Amino acid sequence: MSQAMPSAQTLPQRADGKERRVLVEVTDLKKHFPIRSGILIQREVAAVKAVDGVSFQIFQGETLGLVGESGCGKSTTGRTILQLYRPTSGSVKFEGQEISTLKGEELRKMRRKMQMVFQDPYASLNPRMSVGRIVAEPLVVHNIGNRKERDERVAELLELVGLNPYFVNRYPHEFSGGQRQRIGLARSLALNPSFIVADEPISALDVSIQAQVVNLLQRLQNELGLTYLFIAHDLSMVRHLCDRVAVMYLGKIVEIAESEELYTNPLHPYTQALLSAVPVPDPVVEERRQRIILKGDVPSPINPPKGCNFNTRCPVAVDVCYDQDPELVEVLPDHWVACHRVI
Amino acid sequence: MAVAEGAEPISLKEAERPRSTPIADAWRLFRRNKASLVALGTIITIVFIAITASLWTRLGLLDARTGVDAMHTINPVNQAQQDSYPDPGVCARDNQDRNPYWCGWLSGDALASVQDTYCFRDEPVADQRQWCYLLGGDSQGKDWLTQTVYGAQVSLSVGFLGATMSLIVGLIYGVTAGFYGGRIDNLMMRIVDFMYGIPYLVLVILLQVFFTEIAREYQDQERGGVVGFVLDLNKDMGGLLFLFIALGSLSWIGMARLARGQVLSYREKEFVEAARAVGASNRRIIFVHLLPNIMGPLIVSETLAIPGYIFTEAFLSFIGLGVQPGTPSWGAMISEVRTRGGFFSNRHILLVPSIALVMTTLAFNFLGDGLRDALDPRLRGT
Ligand SMILES: Nc1ncnc2c1ncn2[C@@H]1O[C@H](COP(=O)(O)OP(=O)(O)OP(=O)(O)O)[C@@H](O)[C@H]1O
Ligand SMILES: [Mg+2]
Repeated sequence: MSQAMPSAQTLPQRADGKERRVLVEVTDLKKHFPIRSGILIQREVAAVKAVDGVSFQIFQGETLGLVGESGCGKSTTGRTILQLYRPTSGSVKFEGQEISTLKGEELRKMRRKMQMVFQDPYASLNPRMSVGRIVAEPLVVHNIGNRKERDERVAELLELVGLNPYFVNRYPHEFSGGQRQRIGLARSLALNPSFIVADEPISALDVSIQAQVVNLLQRLQNELGLTYLFIAHDLSMVRHLCDRVAVMYLGKIVEIAESEELYTNPLHPYTQALLSAVPVPDPVVEERRQRIILKGDVPSPINPPKGCNFNTRCPVAVDVCYDQDPELVEVLPDHWVACHRVI
Repeated sequence: MAVAEGAEPISLKEAERPRSTPIADAWRLFRRNKASLVALGTIITIVFIAITASLWTRLGLLDARTGVDAMHTINPVNQAQQDSYPDPGVCARDNQDRNPYWCGWLSGDALASVQDTYCFRDEPVADQRQWCYLLGGDSQGKDWLTQTVYGAQVSLSVGFLGATMSLIVGLIYGVTAGFYGGRIDNLMMRIVDFMYGIPYLVLVILLQVFFTEIAREYQDQERGGVVGFVLDLNKDMGGLLFLFIALGSLSWIGMARLARGQVLSYREKEFVEAARAVGASNRRIIFVHLLPNIMGPLIVSETLAIPGYIFTEAFLSFIGLGVQPGTPSWGAMISEVRTRGGFFSNRHILLVPSIALVMTTLAFNFLGDGLRDALDPRLRGT
């Protein structure tokens, strides 16, 4: 499958003419999980096509949102970019360097520049380690500084994420969900990364705390010049946090655009359906809002439909949709859609 | 540096809150269970007595001659006590020729004269020492208290060594299978499934028969090489070496399954993923992130398995396939009931070692229960 992706040279300019540097470039990335069966000798009988050919770029200093229903492959995309899963095929470039083929020490060095924040604040911290050890772990693994320097760095990091350094000797179970998420954030910042994949970092938190963590993420982005890939499953949270948003469906990206553009002018029928489910704060608009209810369920990623992945649920599908896979094309400046019906 | 926005101020109450480290939590939970506290005390006492047995012997509280040499020539003080089973509390004159028990303590030139007077290396004097059987004795006059204390050494070493060996082997096997997964896991677990089908006790008995046979085979030959060394070592250990091998042959498989299951449940946890994301090595992930989290259930299960090892050893010794004849063991002691008059007229023959056996195994069961509560992550902070 080939998606029409612009090369890095053709996109140095944004629509408004500002310079932008590509930090992460993902090209035709695939991650298939094999399903094996057999008692002694296991053969590969099928594969879960969790990520099935996605291409996009993330620019220095921006926040790219990645949204889609549960199981569409968002987490797998994030983890494959970070090489926590090795890609089945495709390429991931970080600062222009191909990282999907890196191994051993080179990969370890690269890991200092890109980190991850996890969804579940309870599962993401080792219950047997004190907060100080958790936050210092990246420094220990990379052999940075001596004991005293590490302690100082840990205190500094805890303050940075709004936790009192007094807590270093406490264990994770003594903290609330929001505090734990801050600890996880401190750990991911320990190595001064430039890129962070945040995998639904606020989904598991109380609504009242979600805003605090989002504000913290934004403050850190401003102070440290971070670049985020922000994964979320609903569009409302992403809107004010992300510069651009990519919508994913069944292992593929169906639409990418700047945040405001995507919200005001969604082109893909799937994006339209997702947005129609988001309540609007204006009562007049809310009154006129039409909900597009999608029929059926998401097909299995083991056996995706022929043609466009969305054709089983699409309200506007025509013959070509059942035959050919649509390519992601730039229909408006910086607005990419993969749909036969939009052009 | 100013504390950043959103930071919680430390209140005095917060600062005074007691430390909650994993070990402190576990101990707090363990203490709640009174039965397991008593069990822990019992086990510590038994272990202490067993370890210091030779000290009691030197102090003259236990019979210096245990094992094969323990047969006394009984000469009851109380002539009414004619049969050869001394009852608990009976004292007897022991007229076997030997040096006084304290001769072994003396050494050096300064004490040479004392030794010359009382201790004869070549020509022992007849020692008319009086010996009291606190817990009675058997048909040959072996002191039952002494035998029980030395029997504890056997039972405890079988229990602890069996548990340690099965934990180590099972842990290495299970963690390897669970951590590396895929084909390796599949193959390793099929082997375990196969071994699970083998009847444990039958295999242990067959192994013991096999070892006994080999020992007999080599008895009269000039021994050498590895076989000779192993046979000698086993003999020095009173037959325990082969017992450990036989017991350990299958006991690790349950542990391997448990360890693998634990690793599988933690391997995909996000904190392990986080460690991978910072570039931690497999070794670090296993030792720092997996092992500390999976050890709890493994230790509990191994503690609860200890009574099983102790029972198996007692059973084997009872049927004569355990320790070598003469090595004190509770199972071998209980088998004395099979001699004439051992069952009905002399209850202490059966009761003393049985009570020791039951107390020890019960204590380990209660200890395991207490550990389960103490190490249960769901009970933390309650
Ligand atoms: N390690 C794995 N082995 C096999 N299949 C996997 C694995 N990880 C994910 N999958 C499958 O890949 C698909 C995509 O999963 P993924 O976790 O990326 O979805 P997601 O978009 O993050 O969903 P959610 O919103 O629920 O987190 C799912 O069908 C899932 O079952
Ligand atoms: Mg996910």
